[in-house]
Amino acid sequence: MKRREIKNLVYEGLWKNNPVFVQVLGICSTLAVTNLVLNTIVMCAALVLTLSLSALTVSILREFTPRNIRMMVETLIIAFYVIIIDVLLKAYWPHMSESLGPYVGLIITNCIVMGRCEACAISNPPFKAILDAIFNAFGYSFILLIIATIREVLGMGTFLGFNVPYFSSQYWDKWTIMVMPPSAFFVLAIIIWVFRSIQMSREDKKK
Amino acid sequence: MNLMPEFSHALVVCISAIFTQNILLSYFLGLCPFIGSSREIKSALGLGAAVIFVMTCTCALNWLVYHKVLVPLHLEFFRFIMFIIVIAAFVQFVEMAIDRLSPSLYQKLGVFLPLITVNCAILGASLFMVIRDYNFISTVGYGLGSGTGWFMAIVVMANIRTRLNNDAIPKGLQGAGITLIIVGIMALAFIGFTGVLAGK
Repeated sequence: MKRREIKNLVYEGLWKNNPVFVQVLGICSTLAVTNLVLNTIVMCAALVLTLSLSALTVSILREFTPRNIRMMVETLIIAFYVIIIDVLLKAYWPHMSESLGPYVGLIITNCIVMGRCEACAISNPPFKAILDAIFNAFGYSFILLIIATIREVLGMGTFLGFNVPYFSSQYWDKWTIMVMPPSAFFVLAIIIWVFRSIQMSREDKKK
Repeated sequence: MNLMPEFSHALVVCISAIFTQNILLSYFLGLCPFIGSSREIKSALGLGAAVIFVMTCTCALNWLVYHKVLVPLHLEFFRFIMFIIVIAAFVQFVEMAIDRLSPSLYQKLGVFLPLITVNCAILGASLFMVIRDYNFISTVGYGLGSGTGWFMAIVVMANIRTRLNNDAIPKGLQGAGITLIIVGIMALAFIGFTGVLAGK
């Protein structure tokens, strides 16, 4: 594979075709854990693993998968990896597993996983499929990490549990709303707005 | 056997699933089809009704599968796959039924029906039902309540969005952005319901 092609995949996944602010896919199962940065990191790691491994598997099996039951096969492959992650998390980090609740299991129905399997992995060789999956997952994770950072710093004055200067002091009134569900919608909407505007102004310049 | 306390518990579960713990507004589940198909009131009504029906039935079916099959066999970790299979099979069945009974509805919802399978709200409701350890009657109440909550949210959203059609919205905010802001305001309003059931 040529270097330019790889570069293109990176650009598409992280920026031009970003899963969150361009495709608006798969935000459901992960928005709920963005009130703490640590939870978001674990959740994103789980997503990166699931997405890349299932894209790899789907791509390897693409020639043996009958076309009309491919969705079912893809779902089962994804579910298989999610179960492994869930069991590992329960065994080695039960506290985290409890605070993530059902959301690890919900990666199965995360549209971005299914979306990448359908759009890329099912019709491309393994190497391309796994690169595409990894960079889409990274593009997804970095937006969620931005959301989580904003919410945790403004809402609790901490970052990864450590106090942030100023925000944890008495001069900063903590925004309780940031810990509650509505703020996730607001912050995500603002992020979509900002990134789309940047994209549009760049495209205008090119013309 | 006196079933009254169980029914009243189920009622409380149902009402709290609609208002205080709305599956969309406080657990973020089912957002993708919500954003995708809340443009028109008609398709929102159809999809919402389908979600109520599918969610109630799959919650009940999954409760039976989990407590009568998986728990006795000690295969609890297998629940993700079992739930997905039950949901997929059930959606397939509903799709066939709608195709027979109402071709016009089928044409409108044809694209969205397979999406119900990967609607996180449906699987999410089943997983919450396991985590919270509901009994059978409460599970039915929970499925019905969650579905109704989702239905209500999408219908309200579709109404708001049709009114937005002629408004000047910044270009970057059009579509998903403005929808998310409105959902946020709705979620804010629903926080007002917290405390209605606090005594229970």
